[in-house]
Amino acid sequence: MKSVLPILMRKEITQFRRNKVLPRLAMMIPIMLVLIMPLVTQMDIKNISVVVLDEDRSLLSSRIENHLANSDYFRMQESAYDYSQAVELMDQGRVDLIVSIPAHFERDMLGGYGRPISLTANAVNATKGGQGIQYASQTIISAVTEIAAETGLEAANFQSSDIRIQNRYNPTGNYRHFMLPALMIMVVLLVCTFLPLLNIMTEKEHGTIEQINVTPVSRWEFILAKLIPYWILALVMIGLAMLLAWAVYGLVPAGNPLNIFLGAFLFSLCMSGFSVIIANISNTMQQAIFVLFFFVIQFMLLSGLFTPISSMPAWAQWLTYAFPPRYVINIFRSVYLKGTLFTELWFDYTMLFVLAAAFYTLATFTYKKQK
Amino acid sequence: MTPIISVRDLTKQFGSFTAVDHISFDVYRGEIFGFLGANGAGKTTAMRMLCGLSFPTAGAGTVVGYDVRTQSELIKSHIGYMSQRFSLYEDLTVAENMALYGGIYGMKTRDIQVRVNELLDKLHFADHKDDLVGSLPLGWKQKLAFMVATIHRPELVFLDEPTGGVDPITRRQFWDLIRATAKEGTTIFVTTHYMDEAEYCDRITMMVDGTIRALDKPTTLRQQLADQLGCTYDVMTMEQVFYHLARQAKLQ
Amino acid sequence: MSTFASFVRKEFIHILRDVRTMMIVLVMPVLLMLLFGFAISTEINDIPIAVVVDEYTPEVRRDLTALESNPYITLTGIVEEGQVDEVLRSGKVSAVVMMRDGKRNVVLDAANSSLSVSAGSYITSILRSGTTMPLSITTYMRHNPQLKSAYNFVPGVMGLIFILICAMMTCVSVVREKEMGTMEVLLVSPIKPIYIVIAKMVPYFILSLINLATILLLSHFVLDMPVSGNLPTLLTLCVLYIILSLMLGLFVSTLAQSQVVALLICAMVMMIPIIMLSGMMFPVENLPPVLKQISYIVPARWFIEAVRKVMVEGLPMAGILKETVILCGMTIALFVGSIKKFNDRLE
Repeated sequence: MKSVLPILMRKEITQFRRNKVLPRLAMMIPIMLVLIMPLVTQMDIKNISVVVLDEDRSLLSSRIENHLANSDYFRMQESAYDYSQAVELMDQGRVDLIVSIPAHFERDMLGGYGRPISLTANAVNATKGGQGIQYASQTIISAVTEIAAETGLEAANFQSSDIRIQNRYNPTGNYRHFMLPALMIMVVLLVCTFLPLLNIMTEKEHGTIEQINVTPVSRWEFILAKLIPYWILALVMIGLAMLLAWAVYGLVPAGNPLNIFLGAFLFSLCMSGFSVIIANISNTMQQAIFVLFFFVIQFMLLSGLFTPISSMPAWAQWLTYAFPPRYVINIFRSVYLKGTLFTELWFDYTMLFVLAAAFYTLATFTYKKQK
Repeated sequence: MTPIISVRDLTKQFGSFTAVDHISFDVYRGEIFGFLGANGAGKTTAMRMLCGLSFPTAGAGTVVGYDVRTQSELIKSHIGYMSQRFSLYEDLTVAENMALYGGIYGMKTRDIQVRVNELLDKLHFADHKDDLVGSLPLGWKQKLAFMVATIHRPELVFLDEPTGGVDPITRRQFWDLIRATAKEGTTIFVTTHYMDEAEYCDRITMMVDGTIRALDKPTTLRQQLADQLGCTYDVMTMEQVFYHLARQAKLQ
Repeated sequence: MSTFASFVRKEFIHILRDVRTMMIVLVMPVLLMLLFGFAISTEINDIPIAVVVDEYTPEVRRDLTALESNPYITLTGIVEEGQVDEVLRSGKVSAVVMMRDGKRNVVLDAANSSLSVSAGSYITSILRSGTTMPLSITTYMRHNPQLKSAYNFVPGVMGLIFILICAMMTCVSVVREKEMGTMEVLLVSPIKPIYIVIAKMVPYFILSLINLATILLLSHFVLDMPVSGNLPTLLTLCVLYIILSLMLGLFVSTLAQSQVVALLICAMVMMIPIIMLSGMMFPVENLPPVLKQISYIVPARWFIEAVRKVMVEGLPMAGILKETVILCGMTIALFVGSIKKFNDRLE
């Protein structure tokens, strides 16, 4: 007897095409995410407004001020009379960082004992404050090093060392390039978890799933027929997203694109299996969506999409081993930006496969034709 | 002759609530078997056990020769089912719905085409072939659901409250349809809470609070009650039979 | 019991019976707070590095020791120059320090952009610590001496959770009745249609208040955020925002006929703009002009800004007047718009 799968799939595709909202939305999502998100997700802080209180007025201090002014990160604010006025400006929100260079700064530096420069940052936004301090420190150090080299102060009290930093794989340090592969993953995530879930729950709520349960159609046939169109859709959307990334941002995968498609495919297997589990244990659409949303938020926050896994506490890092997004984000970023080879990512691919198998077993197990 | 459905002490419990309480009966090939009772009496629950949608808590049953507990998937290839909600795909056309289920039951494509046209002609529905089901009025959805349930010419068809919500004329027409199908040899198992529909059945049972209170031909039941109450047969309606049985049950 | 009260009771029963959803509604804020508070950060815990060494000069030894003994750096080994590409590409290390001719070349895996900047400067500072430069820098963090990122995200979590519960759940609840057909039954009852919908909002309003309390309690006791500063102002602000979210959910519900569509609209129009454009995770200042304009109509943006001002900077109501007025205006606009649409639909 021939398999029922093609018939069921044809029904799914017909329903999808007839739907007024879904196909258009499916096309819009990658476009929106890939076009708009990179513009938004700029974690680097720019335009930190700085006030420099220079009480030294020396060569050194003005060099420092110059470096700050020339830096992309800083925007020089109107000068202030003194510290308390500067702080007032800060509280009004007009200044983010105050750099105070004390009197006799240069003299004491040359003498070999330093007077501290003080940096005061508005830390309401902790990241902004912290990064502001970091950039300012770096800028000051490089200014001082530069003067030291120029004036030949390689004296015993004043050794600087030649330390250079090289950025590989992302020479422009472009945050967009960093985010784009991860955003493509969000595309797959949305398509392969929410859409199948909505599909199954609609059938449950309208009763059509019962009509299917009374036929000899097997569980896995029913589930597969629902999911296969979404896997294909996900691959198409990844392709579309990759094209957009190239066309708009000039980002091309450094490694083999096939690895990316494979990663996306395994990932869509995992997540769609997961959504079937949730659909099986939920009674209403509202409930199903909330449960899914709950998990998706965990996955997104904890899988290295926005913040690195290595920065998490140990217990959280252990948890992420069960999260499919963690692996696929690594795969996407490594292949896209570094050209990592398939063999070097064997662990990630294997884990995706294992998780997919686990989810599918659970999905078939939790789908009950007979209660 | 072996019965097409055979049930012994079939029971379904939900927690402490017993929906179906040790029912036993047989259904023979070719008959129209009615499962009557008030809403909530347990008819649908009993039917769902026979269709393989629900596990019995206790008792045993066979449908078309297969065990309801262990061989439910085998049962499904041989039966048709029409649920209370006429579960059809609203965003598919009449023809698409029919073709889908034809294919699900393993009919060959050509056979499906032939059968679809046959059914549509029989019901004078052919010009609505490409209408979306969502746009059909209730009476037509009902007929369509029946067509879908019988598309693969099953030996046995389960109909769960098939005439809910339609006018009396449409109800009558629908029963004509059922009887025509039964004449072709299909066994019909139908639940309903419309007592007058009992007249159309060969035999009926009456369920009250999960138990079977009567099992016989409708005419026999009416005669029995008429005798019991000392009135003539023609005055007796099925509704009165039902009230009588229900009241008896309450007193027990 | 008045008709309105019985409607409210019905809505409560719906929600209380759906234990799973209710659990999630109450647990999610807690979870988000804990995640953001303890799991999400951009701090450096461990940087795996490799080193390329030409000659073992005393300076090289000194640097190697400094790197090796540092608790935040893991020295995985010494490699040849030819292997540098491979170890970086395969992700075995995040940086390679090449020591040659007294020069130090720190090659970073900048594909991991958020970390590489910090990693680079951290390594640099370690290498530099071996040298002597009498330059010292002292830092002061104003308003947030311990640089708690909680100050940043707690307002964001609030903005997100309230919209989620009030807007999305209300919206789906209303549309669900429309889809199931039970709405018509309610509309025939002797109560004005708008009250039916308001009855739907009451339980979510209460749930949101519970969540508000949870978030504030967690912020104060677990994350050490200053809450006591201006409690009345803060509460007023939050309640205003909750009402706004309810109105938003109501408005969106008039646009959708099925739950699926309602949800998709909520996701596109609410969730994504909030996560992206409200300043919750990504700073608003960096947005390109077009998106900045769009962010002005995202209510969460104003809310989050106001909450930060009140909670962290301790400003009184006067300080957040602008935001409050804008939020009020939005609430009223949404309410009027919803009523209009609601009544239109009935005719």
